[in-house]
Amino acid sequence: MIEGISIYEILSLSSILFFIGIYGFFTRENLIMVLMSIELILNAAAINFVIINTYLYPDFLQGAIFSIFIIALAAAETALAIAIIINLYKLVSSVEVKDTEIMKY
Amino acid sequence: MDYSYVIAIPLIPLALFLLLGVLSKKIPPSISGWVGSLGLGASFVLSLYTAYHYYFEGKVNGVYQTIIYKQTWLAFSDKLHIDMGVLIDPISVMMLIVVSTISFMVHLYSRGYMKGDDGYTRFFAYLALFSFSMLGLVLATNLFQIYIFWELVGASSFLLIGYYYTKPSAVAAAKKAFIVTRFADLGFLIGILVISYYSGTFDFTELNNPEGVMITNWASTSFMGLSVFTWGLILVFMGGAGKSAMLPFHIWLPDAMEGPTPVSALIHAATMVVAGVYLVARLFPAFHFVEEGFALNIVAYVGAISSLFAAIIALTQNDIKRVLAFSTMSQIGYMMLALGVSKYDGHEGLGFMASMFHLFTHAMFKGLLFLAAGSVIHAIHSNYLKDMGGLRKYMPVTHITFLIAALSISGVPGFAGFFSKDEILAAAYEHNMLIYISSVVVAGLTALYMFRLYFGIFWGKDTQYQHTPQESPWSMKFPMIFLAILSVVGGYIHFSEYISADHMPFEAHLNYSLAAIASGVGILGIIIAFILYKKETNFPDKISNTFGLTYKWAYHKFYFDEIYLFVTKKIIFGLVAAPIAWFDKHVVDATMIGIGNVTLSFSEKIKGLQSGKFQDYAMAFISGSVILAMILFYLWL
Repeated sequence: MIEGISIYEILSLSSILFFIGIYGFFTRENLIMVLMSIELILNAAAINFVIINTYLYPDFLQGAIFSIFIIALAAAETALAIAIIINLYKLVSSVEVKDTEIMKY
Repeated sequence: MDYSYVIAIPLIPLALFLLLGVLSKKIPPSISGWVGSLGLGASFVLSLYTAYHYYFEGKVNGVYQTIIYKQTWLAFSDKLHIDMGVLIDPISVMMLIVVSTISFMVHLYSRGYMKGDDGYTRFFAYLALFSFSMLGLVLATNLFQIYIFWELVGASSFLLIGYYYTKPSAVAAAKKAFIVTRFADLGFLIGILVISYYSGTFDFTELNNPEGVMITNWASTSFMGLSVFTWGLILVFMGGAGKSAMLPFHIWLPDAMEGPTPVSALIHAATMVVAGVYLVARLFPAFHFVEEGFALNIVAYVGAISSLFAAIIALTQNDIKRVLAFSTMSQIGYMMLALGVSKYDGHEGLGFMASMFHLFTHAMFKGLLFLAAGSVIHAIHSNYLKDMGGLRKYMPVTHITFLIAALSISGVPGFAGFFSKDEILAAAYEHNMLIYISSVVVAGLTALYMFRLYFGIFWGKDTQYQHTPQESPWSMKFPMIFLAILSVVGGYIHFSEYISADHMPFEAHLNYSLAAIASGVGILGIIIAFILYKKETNFPDKISNTFGLTYKWAYHKFYFDEIYLFVTKKIIFGLVAAPIAWFDKHVVDATMIGIGNVTLSFSEKIKGLQSGKFQDYAMAFISGSVILAMILFYLWL
């Protein structure tokens, strides 16, 4: 509970963060940037968990614990994605999205 | 008396076939020939042993017993089931002797004739397969079993005619033989189904039982004015006519001469082609009693017409094997007509006995004629009379054995053919004058064409050969000499004591006046042949010019092949099959191809959706979920 800041402002912030992530996911050319966009989306979700817990149910802790899970999950996912991207780089010497379009029709 | 060892007679050749067939690349020719011959020799000895026991100890109260060992194979209902087994009665034992003797002799002969051939072991494997099928056919206990082996002999005949499979004419001949006999066998199959449906059994003993359903009840059903059983028997005879090269299914037999000569001797002279005769004899009581022998009359007339027809064609042919092929057809016609005029009891059943007698003697002398012809072909590498002449100086054994066989088939007194032919003519004389007269004419023609062949090969012009013809080796001479002996002494067996329609021995005597007429006609034929062909003259050409058109027709086998070609090519292929093929191609296929094409062009248009960019897929996924969420939101609120 932060003085002078209502839940609406913080939810607006996390929504903006989420849509920035979505936008980045769709428009970035570089796979690393796409990965970073996914991180933004996950962070927006984690903020939502923490904020809703804090503002609506101050006596419980589940939301905060859940956000820790999300962070752990995001770390694991990033490690995996980086491994894939490195291997892809070895294969095609590029981390551009347009160079991964070999699986079409 | 225990006859269960009879099952070994067909099983030995089957084992040989499997052994030689599977290991055909591994077994050297020097061994495979001996293995095949010894195996058939064992079958031959077993057949003789069976015959000895059956004919001398098989009678109970003066009647030959029918002995059956069988096992149910396919049971359709309590009454209708297909069995596998062996049936031993006078005619099957007689056929065992014929088949195993000729097969054994042909095996021995082939060791010399096929020497050096690439497919030597394969050849013996096929011969063993054929021997197995034919012996199984002879021993069959019911219509279905005989049908199975019937098809097996057809298949092995196909394999052996097409043995020289690199020669287009041999391939075509094999195909023709197979298709023509298959077409006739279609009738046979329908006949079997009709008979078994109405009588409720496949068993020969049931069908032939004078108190059985078929013989007592034939009048209870009718179809187009005839009993259904009569139709069934006519259809069964159609199968028999196909195998036995009777009119109008004879067209495959002359072409089948493309096969190696031992094969012609074994299959297309002595054994397989008489299967049709054997089939009618097997069902003889049924043929005789149903509809007062209506179907049997058809057998008689088909046989008589075929024998006359084939004898006329045989006069004009120049390929020695083809002459023999038409001669075979003519003699089988004799057997058929003898069966056709026969009655059932005692001496009235003379025709039945005569037919089986002629089958026996014919197998010996016709097998011999083919083997001798093979020996000639082996020596000078040609089938045509124009390449032959004066060979008696080079091949004395072939010459003498051929002469014995020719005298035998011409019905000269003292030789086997004389006795059996006389019985046939006597039977025909007693029951059908028209058929008797045609048979006498055929007897004269037989002597004429046979001695035309004999003088043409061994006397006639002194042909100059590039290589001096050599007499054949002993492996070929021995079977010829053996069969020559049988072609003489075979006639002195008292067949009527062993074989009769009702299994009861009877006394048959030579009818001297009929015998005199028949042998007189035969000798007349020989004399005419002597005048015309002993020395090379221009009489034969003059005579054929006098007959002009008739000669030309006979030379072209009365255009039967052309008629068949016209019917199949022009009418069936052209008027029926071609429109149907057009419909299939332009309507049925086109519909299917159209559906495929539409799908293809549509997918061509939308394949851009599969861009390969994961961001596009994610966009579709997210916009889809957003739209779904909006719809749900709208519906719930």
